[in-house]
Amino acid sequence: MSVEPPPSPDPALPPETVAPSGTVASRIALRQRAGGVAVPVLTALLAFLIGGLVVLATGHNPLVAYRDIFNGAGLNWFFHPSTDTARNDAYNLSQTLLQTTSLILTGLAVAFAFRCGMFNIGGQGQYFVGLFVGAWIGHAFAGMATAPHILLGIVAATLGGAVWAGIAGVLKATVGAHEVITTIMLNWIAIWVGTYLFGDGGPLQGADNKAAHVPISADVANSAKLPVFWGDKDLQGLHIGFFVAIGALVVFSLLLNRTTLGYEVRAVGYNPESAAYGGINVKKNLVRALAISGAFAGLAGGLDMLGYLYRYGVSDIPTSAIGFLGIAVALLGRNTAVGVALGALLFGALLYGTTHGLQSSTIDPQAAGNLTYMIQGLIVLFVGADVLILAVWNSRRRLRRREGSATEASAA
Amino acid sequence: MSITAERQSREALLRLASPRAVGILALLLGVFAAFLSLPPIEARTILWPILVGVVGAALGVWTAMRGLRRLGWGAVVLSALGIGLGILATRSGSENLNSVFTASLIASMLVFSTPLVFAGIGGMYSERSGVVNIGLEGMMLMGAFFGVYGADKGGSWVAGVVAAMVAGGALALVHAIFAIHLRADQIVGGTAVNFLALGITGYFFFQLYHGEDVPVGISTIPRVNLPWIGDLHFLGPAIGHLNLMVWISFLLVVLSYVVVFKTPIGLRIRACGEHPRAADTVGINVYAIRYGCVVLSGVLAALGGAYLSIGFGGGTFNDNMTAGRGFIALAAMIFGNWRPFGTFYAALLFGFSTALAYRLPVYSATAATLFQALPYVLTLIAVAGVIGRTVPPAADGRPYTKQ
Repeated sequence: MSVEPPPSPDPALPPETVAPSGTVASRIALRQRAGGVAVPVLTALLAFLIGGLVVLATGHNPLVAYRDIFNGAGLNWFFHPSTDTARNDAYNLSQTLLQTTSLILTGLAVAFAFRCGMFNIGGQGQYFVGLFVGAWIGHAFAGMATAPHILLGIVAATLGGAVWAGIAGVLKATVGAHEVITTIMLNWIAIWVGTYLFGDGGPLQGADNKAAHVPISADVANSAKLPVFWGDKDLQGLHIGFFVAIGALVVFSLLLNRTTLGYEVRAVGYNPESAAYGGINVKKNLVRALAISGAFAGLAGGLDMLGYLYRYGVSDIPTSAIGFLGIAVALLGRNTAVGVALGALLFGALLYGTTHGLQSSTIDPQAAGNLTYMIQGLIVLFVGADVLILAVWNSRRRLRRREGSATEASAA
Repeated sequence: MSITAERQSREALLRLASPRAVGILALLLGVFAAFLSLPPIEARTILWPILVGVVGAALGVWTAMRGLRRLGWGAVVLSALGIGLGILATRSGSENLNSVFTASLIASMLVFSTPLVFAGIGGMYSERSGVVNIGLEGMMLMGAFFGVYGADKGGSWVAGVVAAMVAGGALALVHAIFAIHLRADQIVGGTAVNFLALGITGYFFFQLYHGEDVPVGISTIPRVNLPWIGDLHFLGPAIGHLNLMVWISFLLVVLSYVVVFKTPIGLRIRACGEHPRAADTVGINVYAIRYGCVVLSGVLAALGGAYLSIGFGGGTFNDNMTAGRGFIALAAMIFGNWRPFGTFYAALLFGFSTALAYRLPVYSATAATLFQALPYVLTLIAVAGVIGRTVPPAADGRPYTKQ
């Protein structure tokens, strides 16, 4: 069977698409120029404002709702810190950081592919593969000593995510299949594979659950559970995976900015043609970037499974949005390590503060959980519209320059 | 008998052995392999399906090597499926077979494929005009919720359908504004639209129904009971009592084919998707066409969603009701190569695999679950170019800047 030569990325690119809005990478470059911290902060504020208007329109006080979400996420802990998780705010904060841990990694997954000019929508699928592998290793190798067992589980989950994303990378490099389409398809394949694995009669269903026909996996063995450093192990304490995620942020930053690999990945992201002209193997870097990107998401799945979930059911699968939230985190964080960390904290707080942490009766947790989706959608929407933001930015700068020249003129 | 007559007969023989003819024969053999073990023939040994399937696959490989890759590999895949199904079928009792492969399988295939047809055709319009729409899922979800809400408050399913169309169109308009005028990345925009729809429908569902279910007995889209066919032996249960929306979806496919490929407006839409600058030069308003097509895609996707909630769903709604159907519709559109009939056949195939997945638990519950992943696997294979190559419109996903 002969394989057709892959089409060059953009044969005969029409001139109008080159300038402000061509490839994903050129847009990222644009966004990078569009002003540092101010734009993402404004974007988030605008999203919260519109979300608040919706709350107002349905007859609730948005300020009270946001204050409750803030407190529910445990962010009020910072006003009087303590390590005692028996206290509500400390416990809530530990739970928020638990979500932040996974969001940092899925955010990095999206960000890394972005820096290579690709849109990895498959973070959710890669996260699931990490979960599945974690559940399997955690249960099947029950006799191992703690440290190697944990290490094996995490490494295998990371590799699982890398392989899953690597499929999309190979398809892109060999036959030019668009990574957005392939990663969407791989997401859903992962979802159904999971439904099969943990489902009734599935290979990863727990033995007791099999007898009772409950579609839930076997529990992770004690030897594979990550140590908890803040809070109670039985009450979802904060596990050491938090530091792994912080470490991943450093690795991400160093890998991109201080290594040859990162240089090549970014070069391909900015302009594949000129990268190829400069002697960089574009195909190799596309596969490599997607595999590394998937590794971050797979690691998130592995850490979640061995860190606090310990088991997974078929009914948990459709409710998980950690991988999808990674898109919002990466976009808001402008695909940088620090930005991703802050974005992950924001969405971690929103996620826990609305769905679990809301204590008051002002707004029902179920409705508030949907508010998270809405704010998330608005943030993604506004972050994508860099032209809008650039227009505002440029008009302000033009205004400033005019004022500047006016004062010069008056001085002269 | 002269020499010319002999040559003619040899040529006729050669024509029969042409790759195309062999490929079609291979396809038929693949289907036949599965058919052998099903009612009404029901071969009780696995030998026959395997034999016929292997012959079909071999002919398929031969065809593929003669240059007709799409046909050849298609025949190989079908033959493999035929063997698998044949083996499965011979291993089970014939009463099981009769409960799975009945006329109502066709009816339920149509039930599952109809929402995919609506959303897939909608997506086709949007992408033919040059705007990538991965927000179909969200637009469907809007249609599903506002369909129920409209039917409940308006008192009639017509009000529900109208509300669904308005809601889906409004969400699509948001996507259009960001994609066309603000030149935002269309994939980012589509992702955002999906999240928005999830949040909006979930929030309002809770706010308007206070965490309870939609009241039972609201007006739903009626079924069409065909007067004569309804009583027939096989056709009756298959197509005698289908929902109105199923028939409308057939109409939509034919209409879309005519509009996109046989009318000036269709030519304009395709021009905007292939080369917007050229379209602009000859006086076509690229922005207007793109706005129209994106909004239309939202309206159609919402109709698919409304079918889920007040059509075959019987007037219910639950959070995230579409559960990925928008993405299967997207897959059907890609699998169908951005064409109305292609999308329709792909939707039928995907609907069939879903319908089968719901019936296969008679054999094996776990295997049936994996069957649900088939549409996505097939689409992955399709975009990988193993069975033919899918070609999106040239300017799909590229914002257009007027000069």
